[in-house]
This record gives sequence, structure tokens and C-alpha cells, in this order.
Amino acid sequence: MTNFSGHNLTCLRGERLVFKGLDFSIEAGDALVLIGPNGSGKSSLLRMLAGLLKPYGGDMTWDSESVGEEPEQHRGRLHYVGHHDCVKAVLTVEENLTFWARMHDKNVDAEAKVASALDTLSISHLADVPGRFLSAGQKRRANLARIMAADAPLWLLDEPITALDKESITKLERTMADHRQNGGMIVLSTHSEITLENPKILDLADFAIGFGEGFYDDDEEDLVF
Amino acid sequence: MNSFLFMVRRDLRLALRQSSDNVMVVMFFVLCAVLFPFGVGPELGILERISAGVIWVGALLASMLSLERLFQTDYEDGSLELMALTPAPLEILVLAKVAAHWLTTGLPLILASPLLAVLLNMDSDGYGVLLLALLLGTPTLSLIGAVGAALILGARRGGVLISLLVLPLYVPVLIFGVSAVDAAIGGFEYKAQLFILGGLLMGTLPLAPWGAAAALRQSLE
Repeated sequence: MTNFSGHNLTCLRGERLVFKGLDFSIEAGDALVLIGPNGSGKSSLLRMLAGLLKPYGGDMTWDSESVGEEPEQHRGRLHYVGHHDCVKAVLTVEENLTFWARMHDKNVDAEAKVASALDTLSISHLADVPGRFLSAGQKRRANLARIMAADAPLWLLDEPITALDKESITKLERTMADHRQNGGMIVLSTHSEITLENPKILDLADFAIGFGEGFYDDDEEDLVF
Repeated sequence: MNSFLFMVRRDLRLALRQSSDNVMVVMFFVLCAVLFPFGVGPELGILERISAGVIWVGALLASMLSLERLFQTDYEDGSLELMALTPAPLEILVLAKVAAHWLTTGLPLILASPLLAVLLNMDSDGYGVLLLALLLGTPTLSLIGAVGAALILGARRGGVLISLLVLPLYVPVLIFGVSAVDAAIGGFEYKAQLFILGGLLMGTLPLAPWGAAAALRQSLE
């Protein structure tokens, strides 16, 4: 069974220690929900899992192979949804999504995949609308449709339901359930209620270094600044 | 390779739908050269003497002006993050962006340059070499500029910073570009200068995307 885990992860932003000694482990079909107060490092952890941010300490493994050694392979198996919606103002929704689907998997039947992704989130009627005419919620839905338009086992979602209406949240929940059913994994951060079947919960507050203290602290002697 | 083509196609499409940006670069180039006769006086001899230099400096500045935004919009809307997360190497995608950028700004500059050569009374012996030198030199400018554009992401007043970073590196291209044209006009051998321009291009072609990609990764951390 596919396993994705991190051991003893430490995150350093600027000169501030965000969290340290963080372990997690998920398997195919799992969902890991990151909770914790603002600034506790949820987004940093997600960026770290995506490979955008290098861990200051610790390592991550995918099926017991180190992620850091095969970054291109790792990028091919993940989808990341960050704070930005990456919808180009002058391209239509369909053009936006087709581009990303092809970039992710050049052999994908992009048109069909994009059409079905748009259908899943009920935004088929927006396919030919340029990005600049979309509302915040529509942009977010387009961005979420992007990750459905190319297959990848690992979904990293940073506050995915921001700006979404109730109906869309339900659809997203259903899609996430399907994704897990098919052996996918989801790591998401949230402040709001998302219904997921028996999720694993990771409270970043357990690992976060208290705000204002932590750096230059006595028990941080192993860290050199 | 496919990712390269998808990227070029997307950037060309974006550029064509926002074509005013590229038209502005060419307009800047033309205006820059047109202003010189007003400044230095209408004596044909002087204009002829400085024509190659004026055209090259104009091309340099125009190229820099447009490069500032090469990665900026993708950085702001999060697309750059996703590019760094596609399976294709970021270096290839940088190269694709530079290629698309050169096609939409470098090439129009080259096409406009004969007009400027006429306006500045350049000797007709120099036209062919001017075009050749620009053809070899402007891609180098785009490549070097890409490193600068990647380094200034997230900085305030990036435009000033990029000129400080990039203009000194443009100097070799300027020197050999101008001297090739001057040599051709004077009836001398000009191949050596063109070879050097070609060599500069060959050198920056692998190095610049590599440097720019490293800078981009840094800016995304």
C-alpha cells in the first residue's frame, strides 16, 4: 500500500522556527486534516509536502523512497492548491485548465478530462468565459477543477473551501471521497467544517514553536542560526 | 519537449490577447531612435556615425523594459508555483518563457530596425549585418534579462533593480553588435564580431535558464 510519511520535520521561515519534530504518515485512501491557529505552519507544511519549501530538518518518504532525491517524480504525483487561484484573466476557463492538465500529464486526453472536471463542479457553462469575468468563488472552483483534470494520487489543499458556497462544498466533499475511494490521499488545511470520513487530524499547535518565543531559546541549541 | 511547446503556446496566446504591451515596447524603441536627430541635430554625417549605436542602445533598453514583467504576473497569480510543481524541469519552462518573450518582443524589434536605420541615415552596407547581429544578440539579451527578472521577484522597485543587475551584463553584446555593423560599413571583415555574438548566445543558452530557475525556486520558498 502506498505510504507517504514525514519524520522529524522542522520548518524555518526567515529566522523563525515555525514547527519542529513533526511526524506524519498517510496511506492510500487516507485524509489528513491540518488544524491549528494562524501562523502555526499549516501552509508551510503543505508547501513542504509539495516540495516548494525545503525542510530545514527531517525527511519525507514515499513508499520508503526519499522524496528529496526524486523531486520530479514527486511533482508528477501531486496536486497543490494554494492561496492563489492561478486563473489567467485573458484565457478562458477551458484554456486555463487544458494548459495545466497537459503540463501535468502530456498524454492526458485533456479536452475530455477538463469537460468532466468542469461538470463535476457544475461550471460547464463557464468553459468559454475569460478568467477576468469570474467571481472569487468561480475562480476557486476553476482551480479545484484543475486538480481533477489530471490524475495524481496526492492532493495538497490549502484552505480549499475559501469563497465556496455550500453546494460547491458538498460537491468538493463528494469528489474528495471518490478520490480516496480510488486510492488517493488528501492533505488539507482548514478553519471551517469539512465533512470527511474518519480523517486523521494533525494539530500543528502540538509542534509549533510558540509565537514570540522559540528562537534563540535554550533548548534550541542543536539549531545553528 | 511537449511541456516546452505548451508553455510557448500559452505565453504567445497571452501576449497576443494583451498585444498592447508588445506594441508599446516597439513604440518605445522607435521613439527612442526618432528622438536622437532632435537631440544631436540633423547633420547626416553625425547621424550616420552614431546610427548603429543608437539602434543597439534602443534595443537594449526596450528589451529590458519588457523583461521586467516576464515572471511577475505568473508570480502574482500563483502560476509560477504550479509551474515549479509540474513534472517538467523548471529550466525548460524558463527557456520556453524566454522563447515566447523573444518571439513577441525581440522579433518585432528586429523587424522595426531597418526603418530606424533609414531614419538615422545608416549606410546601406550595414543593413544586412545589423539584422544578423540583432538576430544573434537579442536572444542573448532576453536570456540574460530572464535571470534579472527572476531575481527581482518580490522586490519593491524591481524595475530600477533589474537595470542595475542586467545592464552591465548587456555591455558585451552592445560592443560587439555595434562593432560588427561599423566594420561592415567601413568595408572591413565583420565575421569575428558575429561569431562572438553567436558564442555569447551559446554560452547564455544553457546558463541563463539554469540561473533563472534557481532564482525562481528561491523566490518561491
